[in-house]
Amino acid sequence: MMAKTATMTPQAYLQAQNRWHPLEVAFWLATLLPFVLFPDYLSLASQIAITALFALSLDLILGYAGIVSLGHAAFFGIGAYSAGLLSKYGWGEPLTGLVFATAIAGLVGFAVSFVIARFRHFTLIMITLGLGLLAFEAANRAHWLTGGSDGLQGVSMWPVLGLFKFDLYGYTAYTYSLAVLFLVFLGARRLINSPFGLALRGIRENWVRMPAIGADSLAHIRKAYTIAAAMAGLAGALLTQTTESVSLESISFQRSADVLVMLVLGGAGRLYGGLIGAIIFMVARDQFSGIAPQYWYFWIGVLLVAVVMVLPNGILGGLSHFYARWRGK
Amino acid sequence: MNVPVQSAKGTIALSTRGLSKAFGSLPVARDIAINLPVGARYALIGPNGAGKTTLINLMTGMLAPNAGQIFLAGDDITALGPQERVRRGLARTFQINTLFAGLNALEAVTLAVAERRGQAGRFWRGVGAHGETIDEAYDILRKLKLGDSCYQVTRELPYGRQRLLEIALALATRPKVLLLDEPAAGVPPEESGEVFEAVAGLSDDLTLLFIEHDMHVVFRFASHIIVLVGGVIFTEGTPAEISADPGVREVYLGKRKHG
Repeated sequence: MMAKTATMTPQAYLQAQNRWHPLEVAFWLATLLPFVLFPDYLSLASQIAITALFALSLDLILGYAGIVSLGHAAFFGIGAYSAGLLSKYGWGEPLTGLVFATAIAGLVGFAVSFVIARFRHFTLIMITLGLGLLAFEAANRAHWLTGGSDGLQGVSMWPVLGLFKFDLYGYTAYTYSLAVLFLVFLGARRLINSPFGLALRGIRENWVRMPAIGADSLAHIRKAYTIAAAMAGLAGALLTQTTESVSLESISFQRSADVLVMLVLGGAGRLYGGLIGAIIFMVARDQFSGIAPQYWYFWIGVLLVAVVMVLPNGILGGLSHFYARWRGK
Repeated sequence: MNVPVQSAKGTIALSTRGLSKAFGSLPVARDIAINLPVGARYALIGPNGAGKTTLINLMTGMLAPNAGQIFLAGDDITALGPQERVRRGLARTFQINTLFAGLNALEAVTLAVAERRGQAGRFWRGVGAHGETIDEAYDILRKLKLGDSCYQVTRELPYGRQRLLEIALALATRPKVLLLDEPAAGVPPEESGEVFEAVAGLSDDLTLLFIEHDMHVVFRFASHIIVLVGGVIFTEGTPAEISADPGVREVYLGKRKHG
């Protein structure tokens, strides 16, 4: 009856949301640059990729569903110790080790999600903080299992796919971590653009309206939380396998706080925010700690305050804002 | 427990029995008995603080009653949660916009349709691959004349369109009974007619109960009016009966000088 004024059909419009932007392609191509430009820094690059994966897992619940967590390192640590213990007790095959650690972290995440889904905001910050501290002290206390503050010794990985040994230069480590990060990123990207991703954004945007459209928000949150916990565990397992050790630091409050800082720096709820934040944070730490090892957090503090005050949606949010304005002109 | 459902023509879509609720010592609903026949166009009126929104909150499960029961198509739904009632066909809109500010209208209604179709848990397929769901959402938007602005993010939509989006979200759940809490609240008088034209254009099978302060609108669109005062049903009847009722004039029509 009436001609559509919009140039795109609704379905084409929603499909277009899923399309790859040239900048995304450029970003992933750029992740290959360390092999050529910074071959001495491949171990650092590998740690950045792992941290980026960890930040991506937090983005899923915090950035998309609006579920705050100050104890996300618990799952990273559970994954790290699971992978470490599996290797220590005789099974050093990396890929099955990843699957094992991911499953354990996911199972624990699923159990915890029944508590998490019922709370919001400040209460949730305190609950996750408490659970994180609990996990840390449990790992600290269980010296017989985890090695406590001495760290877990005796982790030894077999070559990846039976072919690529973990070398001193981090060549295998970075290739391996980057490949896993990219695959998980593809999954996360699909999730964000799925009906479930839409539901998570619905929970973030209006918690009250969800039941009024017949949505079971609690079930959605449990699912998202389980997935995020599994991803965090996967990141932890990667760190264990690429460094062949597990330290208590992997399950510490510091790690929970750091990943939150990275996500806020980069921009939460943008998929790339955690990745950009991890790169900035890790490179800054590497550079600043070279200048004054004890005080490098000072600069992170300055950066955090500056970004939050000037760019409330993080660095990526600020950039996309300027980009949109520049294109609009 | 089932309430006897009357013959096909006068079938009751939604009813309440002895519904009561108090906030502390303040009773906000007392012994409310309402019967909404299928396809009804009922208006719920009453002075501010009469408990109109509370009644909708009780019916939709957003508040738990202290006593009484609620029946949807004869089934007792008193113990069910809000989302379960929505799935059984009881939807509502909100007096104050309760929308997904950061989503655009198409995304919001697509989400609501996906929830109804049981697709909202799917994380392995893109939204764009759900053609039927999107088409259904777009149809709803077009019927409410939101087709042209469906790519605009909700917080940037003009207020009147946000009110229509409230209704679109409720319709996406395919309700049998729809409770509208002041659908044109906050809309300038010259535009509020547009909102009610949209309401009047809804399917005849849909049972409607709406809260509204503007008596012109009430008399024009309602087939039956319930007057609520102090949490109690003061009286009810056809628009003619209500406008002739001296008691109603005194408690409500006479001093309609709020806001």
